[in-house]
Amino acid sequence: MEFKTLVFYVLSAILLLASLRVITARNPVHSALALVLAFFTAAGIWLLLEAEFLAITLVLVYIGAVMVLFLFVVMMLDINLTELRKGFWNYLPAGLLVAGLMVLEMVMVLGGADLGLAEPAPLPADYSNTKELGRLLYTVYVYPFELAAVVLLVAMIAAIALTHRKRGDTKRLNPAEQVKVKRADRIYMVNIKSQKPEAPKEDE
Amino acid sequence: METMLAPLVELLGPAWLPIWTLVKIIAIVAPLMISLAYLTYAERKIIGYMQVRIGPNRVGPLGLLQPIADGLKLLMKEIIIPSGANKGLFILGPVLVLAPALAAWAVFPFTETLVLANINAGLLYIMAITSMGVYGVVIAGWASNSKYAFLGALRSSAQIVSYEIAMGFALVGVLMAAQSLNLIDIVKGQEGGFWHWYWLPLFPLFIVYLVSGVAELNRAPFDVAEGESEIVAGFHVEYSGMAFAVFFLAEYANMILIAGLTSILFLGGWLSPFPFLPDSIIWIGAKMSFVLFLFLWFRATFPRYRYDQIMRLGWKVFIPVTLVWIVVVGAAMQTPYGYLFH
Repeated sequence: MEFKTLVFYVLSAILLLASLRVITARNPVHSALALVLAFFTAAGIWLLLEAEFLAITLVLVYIGAVMVLFLFVVMMLDINLTELRKGFWNYLPAGLLVAGLMVLEMVMVLGGADLGLAEPAPLPADYSNTKELGRLLYTVYVYPFELAAVVLLVAMIAAIALTHRKRGDTKRLNPAEQVKVKRADRIYMVNIKSQKPEAPKEDE
Repeated sequence: METMLAPLVELLGPAWLPIWTLVKIIAIVAPLMISLAYLTYAERKIIGYMQVRIGPNRVGPLGLLQPIADGLKLLMKEIIIPSGANKGLFILGPVLVLAPALAAWAVFPFTETLVLANINAGLLYIMAITSMGVYGVVIAGWASNSKYAFLGALRSSAQIVSYEIAMGFALVGVLMAAQSLNLIDIVKGQEGGFWHWYWLPLFPLFIVYLVSGVAELNRAPFDVAEGESEIVAGFHVEYSGMAFAVFFLAEYANMILIAGLTSILFLGGWLSPFPFLPDSIIWIGAKMSFVLFLFLWFRATFPRYRYDQIMRLGWKVFIPVTLVWIVVVGAAMQTPYGYLFH
């Protein structure tokens, strides 16, 4: 077996196990960490496909930012696990249906020639994945790309607006005013005459 | 070098490549470990003199054996695992902090030829790998099952994620100027002496990167993650012995890495500042030492930031500054004065 194939199978095995752990782990923090592992292994598989830009971006964006926030939230929540698992058997048929549909869609998109697992032609050494991707995004796919960016921006503003409604219990600081504070605003000197303490009474 | 090793290559056959790579990894990690041990010594000495003290001076001449004594002490101490801790994750935490700190060095070019892996997306790789360091902190804080550790982990992760954005934007400016993600190409783009290094045309980004670097390292004045006065020692309060030492090592390895990246991205890497002196690895060492000295100087000089001030600085000051300067650089490149930014 070629070394690359071996690496592929090892990574795939880890990926499958990690994905399984995401849904089977009892502790949500363990699930989130398993998802991190799954992302990382997926990045490894993408590297095998010579898609280094996508692989590194996956690590940078999903592991470095998205999953940190996930973990952040999951760690702070006090989740009742039995409550979460209650409806498992009721939801199973619906879940299976969704999963089946997704598999079907993927087969329809990727099916035919791509399922033959043909080895992609090796690229020259000076081929820059990043440059090609950038060129494609900003020429052929510029409108969909900008559209996606606008959608993301709207979602971001909506999320901020939702959390920043008047709450009343938030305290705001104005750094400009804080900086302008002078000594005289905070303290004033009081002239207290020095007093002589009474001499302690001597023991009888 | 390659011709000298030719008989060895024949002898080892297919095993040659992994062995040779391993040798190179050791050649990077071993000096790194020694330099970070002596960075702790330098830190104590420099801060000592800044505060009119002498610093360590008992172990060995001038206290030079102090880091080794410290290391031995930490090695021999017992590792205590709190009874309420999540044992597996508790041990995994320090490992996950140190591993990215060392892995990032894989693409770090010391000179034009002295690099373990010269990959196209080198800068992106370093950003991706270093962004994983936060997991160790979060896991350590959570697995300790302690309120102080947990608070420290939350503070640290929020801080690291915030400043990573400013740092990333600062790097975008460098990418625009160098037109490459390859670290060697970025240094080559700065050829021509002191005034051609990117610190000058990208000065706001340089400052943002340097300060964000300090914040990313959770070092003073941004060390609220371990703020001794309020949360004891933050995320590593429950760690002892070697497990604690690993956190310590990772912090100093990251310090050297940030110093190295600053010298490569903004200070011309191994390029000589004077036209009459040749480029060499000594220059990058000198530049890294200078940036490291700045880090120590900051620690001795500035009082700790308040947490909301840290967040404000990251989100409301640094990110707008970087965005504006990226637009300035982009616009200037379309004019006849574009050469100023190349």
